[in-house]
Amino acid sequence: MKRKLGLIINPIAGMGGRVGLKGTDGPEALKRAIELGAQPWAEDRTREALRKLSHLRDEIELVTYPGSMGENAAISCGFSPIVIGELRGERTTAEDTKRAAREMRDLDVDLLLFAGGDGTARDICDAIGQDLVVLGIPAGVKVYSAVFAINPLYAGELAALYLKGRVSEIIEAEVLDIDEEAFRKGKLSIKLYGYLRIPVKREYISGAKSPTPISEKYNQEEIAIDIIEQMSDEYYYIIGPGTTTKTIMKKLNLDYNPLGVDIIHNRKLIGKDLNEKQILEIINNKKAKIIVTPIGGQGYVFGRGNQQISPTIIRYVGRTNIIIVATRRKLNSLHGRPLLVDTGDEELDEQLKGYYKIITGYHERIVYRISR
Amino acid sequence: MKGGKIKIRDFHEAKWDEPIIFELSRKGERGILVPEVEKEIEEAVGDGISVLPEHMIRKEYPALPEIAQVRVLRHFLRLSQETLGATINIDIGQGTCTMKYNPIINEILAKSPEVTEIHPLQDEDTVQGALEIIYKLDLFLREISGFSKFTFQPGGGSHAIFTIISIIEAYHRLNGEGEKRNEIITTLLSHPSNAAAPAVKGYKVINLYPEEDGRPDIEALKEAVSEHTAGFIVTNPEDTGIFNPRIKEFTDIVHEVGGICAYDQANANGIIGIVRAVDCGFDLGFFNLHKTFSSPHGCGGPAVGAVGVTERLKDFLPVPTVEFDGKKYYLNYDIPHSIGKVREFYGVFPVILRAYAWIRSLGAEGIKEVARVAVLNNNYVMRKILEEVKGASISFPKTRHRLEQVRYSFEKLKKDTGVTSEDVIRRMADFGFHLWTSHHPWIIPEPFTIEPTESYSKDDLDEYLTTLKKVVEEAYRDPEKVKNAPYNCPIHNIDHEPLEDPDKWAITWRAYLKKHKKWE
Repeated sequence: MKRKLGLIINPIAGMGGRVGLKGTDGPEALKRAIELGAQPWAEDRTREALRKLSHLRDEIELVTYPGSMGENAAISCGFSPIVIGELRGERTTAEDTKRAAREMRDLDVDLLLFAGGDGTARDICDAIGQDLVVLGIPAGVKVYSAVFAINPLYAGELAALYLKGRVSEIIEAEVLDIDEEAFRKGKLSIKLYGYLRIPVKREYISGAKSPTPISEKYNQEEIAIDIIEQMSDEYYYIIGPGTTTKTIMKKLNLDYNPLGVDIIHNRKLIGKDLNEKQILEIINNKKAKIIVTPIGGQGYVFGRGNQQISPTIIRYVGRTNIIIVATRRKLNSLHGRPLLVDTGDEELDEQLKGYYKIITGYHERIVYRISR
Repeated sequence: MKGGKIKIRDFHEAKWDEPIIFELSRKGERGILVPEVEKEIEEAVGDGISVLPEHMIRKEYPALPEIAQVRVLRHFLRLSQETLGATINIDIGQGTCTMKYNPIINEILAKSPEVTEIHPLQDEDTVQGALEIIYKLDLFLREISGFSKFTFQPGGGSHAIFTIISIIEAYHRLNGEGEKRNEIITTLLSHPSNAAAPAVKGYKVINLYPEEDGRPDIEALKEAVSEHTAGFIVTNPEDTGIFNPRIKEFTDIVHEVGGICAYDQANANGIIGIVRAVDCGFDLGFFNLHKTFSSPHGCGGPAVGAVGVTERLKDFLPVPTVEFDGKKYYLNYDIPHSIGKVREFYGVFPVILRAYAWIRSLGAEGIKEVARVAVLNNNYVMRKILEEVKGASISFPKTRHRLEQVRYSFEKLKKDTGVTSEDVIRRMADFGFHLWTSHHPWIIPEPFTIEPTESYSKDDLDEYLTTLKKVVEEAYRDPEKVKNAPYNCPIHNIDHEPLEDPDKWAITWRAYLKKHKKWE
């Protein structure tokens, strides 16, 4: 049976970038972008990726949406796509992306390739969660999420390898939510929105340029076992978001919120998905440790996706009780750039600077620097 | 070639489609048919087996391949045509491995009956010559390193590292600190066995990450050391060819907290005769006789990782050591805190002999010359690559002077053309050359490592570089051509994925049979 490749293009993705709008979330921004002369480029990016798949033309079925959402790009690259669904307005919206993703899921495609930015990734995440293996072609203004290949070429190559059965590892990669309104005003407010399942092979994923000899999942498990082995009943453990930190919860058979902050004590769950106030109430007058992992591709340890762990909490816990965990893949993806903090409190950021022993495996540490 | 254009070789690798030797086995086939024992002989000496204790007699024959002699010869000669090695190609692309020339005279010495016909259980009095060679090689290596005593027992580099970690552990245990001191510090760019051996021994391993200049930061070391530090083991220069000139400050910091410092000098080709381990503050260390000292690698052995220690660690060495009482060489088993034996007997003697002969033939000045020429050759190759090979760069470009090797990167080539360092390797094979990606520790994108050593002439180096340049030019002109390489080799693109699946890979025939059955 032929393998099925789903393709969704968010045709308006990236249009705000070249006209300095920092994104096209919402109809107002799009209108403004077009007024400023923005040209669609997601389709060009998709064509770059599809060219790397063109040798599989006769071996796979390409399923896509009409016109600018995939059909045009597919045909121009020599594919004979199966076109499903219909567009309901002159301009495409988030609803179109979501509907397309759901229909692709119902058709049981082997891989869903989508072109867009963080907003598109969030729409896909809303629509199908982790039901399909997906891969992003970076075509947005903001591509902070870890679900995108480093460039369209690699997206195409990786998709081809996956469809040929040459890639066996699937990981849960972070989808980030950037508040575009705030971003335009020069503030970066990033939340961890969810996870999508992506294939990984060697250097094809953004922030994963270096192949690792062992799987991400196994690496996360050895880190979790190291942490659990050193846990002491004296301390309350504040577990930040991230698949690496949450593996600790899984190993302890505890319930957890994949996007939130949880607290454990005596290897039992004390609180789940807590906000700053709740965390402070729990750790008040107690000894505590914070376990965090860098979120997204930039290497932020604090201030991206874990703002609940506020400056007050970090100060209370103290620098020596901060435990940073990171898989080797994640740390290597920084290419020697320091880890970063942006707690919103400059004085604290300054104090947090310096070297830390990052837990990167069972009984394995890498001494690595935090900068601002 | 003189004065003329360097020729790009028209090469084609042999293909024999040769099965592995176990698959060639035919039941009952024999290499040598031994004549029947005559009756008179059997009456005189018995059947030769029943004198053995019952429990030692095999109930089943060993599962070895059964093959006629001529088929064995064909098999191995065919395989020999399907390999590349130091004596058949200009083997400078196997960086970190120090693929230098192994003088044939040393092979002849190692094959002489005085070497091949002695047995390690012979009485000391009958092997004085062999013991003298072992003892004197120890003296030479002491001179080169500044250490006080060497053992040649470990059968290779990683084995030597394991011996070193065992000595560190025994030292702290004797001082009542065995439990407390449970961490070993190394650098991320040190040889991976520097981290692996302590992990096997149960230590926590702390890696120092390289800074922008390729060297670890002294502040990072200060963060790493504590009362839990058992030791520090480091390769210097690391596989980038970058030497850490502040190494004495590093060892001082480790000593201040009571740790032991070990020097991985498996490859000492850039500093042999120039820098002594003890002057850098090291308490122990090792040399690979099969790298720096010109013994062949032997395809993963047999080899020798010669471990040397300072005075305070002498009492922990493996037994026996070889000593001289002024008249006679003898084996000394009386070492008070010895970690015991790490391998049978005294080391792989032919390897020890070759290293001894190599040092004797060079002398002190010759050894320094080895390091100087190796460094000169390397800096020549680096300059040519930076100036003439498009798309190539050096890792940590801030540090320009390199010792005996350089880890390069084809990151730009990949960005420009989509061609990776692995593609280049496969294309180089089309011209009879080897190039190595050396990915560990996965922080340098599209890596490759070249180590010219002192053995190759400028013409040799130019031939290699001309071919590398041609492949890269081809990548810019016709990337698909390079990506689809090789064309002149029988084995094409290998899928590495099964190597990550424990259900599929097998490193022994027995494991293969076990897993193969599962697939059926």
